[in-house]
Amino acid sequence: MTPQPIELADDALVAAQRLSEWVSRAPTLEEDVALANIALDQLGVARLLLQSIGDEDELAYRRGDADFRNCLLVELPFGRSRGDLDFGWTMAWLLYLAAAQHLRYADLAEAGDGIAAKAVKESAYHLDHASQWTVRLGDGTAESRQRMQEAVDEIWPYTHELTEGIRERWLAVVEPVLKEATLTRPQDGWKPDGGRKGLHTEHLSYLLAEMQALHRAHPGVTW
Amino acid sequence: MTSEPLWEVFVRPRRGLSHTHVGSLHAPDARLALRHARDLYTRRQEGVSIWVVPAAEITASSPDEKDSFFDPAADKIYRHPTFYELPEGVQHL
Repeated sequence: MTPQPIELADDALVAAQRLSEWVSRAPTLEEDVALANIALDQLGVARLLLQSIGDEDELAYRRGDADFRNCLLVELPFGRSRGDLDFGWTMAWLLYLAAAQHLRYADLAEAGDGIAAKAVKESAYHLDHASQWTVRLGDGTAESRQRMQEAVDEIWPYTHELTEGIRERWLAVVEPVLKEATLTRPQDGWKPDGGRKGLHTEHLSYLLAEMQALHRAHPGVTW
Repeated sequence: MTSEPLWEVFVRPRRGLSHTHVGSLHAPDARLALRHARDLYTRRQEGVSIWVVPAAEITASSPDEKDSFFDPAADKIYRHPTFYELPEGVQHL
């Protein structure tokens, strides 16, 4: 099945906002720039998709959480609770997300979609970046391995909604990375969803509050 | 993570030109060094090819040897190819 443009747009927009939490706080300067690059890539695709649907500012800044159609995975905090910023967790999250985005964009690009043709190259790089780190942390020290396995396990349930319709192809991308990282592939069980219908976790509300505060306080403001 | 080794980065701006040193970065290994170099030094289409080299592998000339290394070339103008007519259309010379 083909996802709606608003679903892909909201996935990218919320992912961009979430990733921006890393700016100035990454483990190294090099990684800081890499994560900011990925966040900006996501924002760029979100803007193009939103522009293709309607007024991008209106869509990004004036909708409430129930009007967003992103999957639950992208709104999750980078750790067990709100405000957490765990690097391994972020790489597991990005591995899952980028693998799905890459497949979706590749399908659309093949069907002649210009936005997807640009996005597919970027998502290939995001996938590579997350894969590199997943392997290094999974097959790293005892502590990095344990934390990576926890992250991989905790986020796994949310990948069912993310990969609806492309599950088998997505598994064919993700499973070899987990294997190379010597991590255990999590068991399928709980399959939380609702994001595509506007039923979100509380995490999205906090994220949107921060993202939309300026525009709501000063409607139509420009830099 | 400050114990990550230092890498020197060389970028080829476009085909036909040599790789040029552009800076350095820290990375745990060569593959990640290459990826960091892509993010740090080719953000604005600066290049079409990247080399990363472990900084520890570079043997550099010493400032103390500057006189004996470089001064003897100063008065040997016959080493410069300035006695030839430059053919038309030749670039990057």
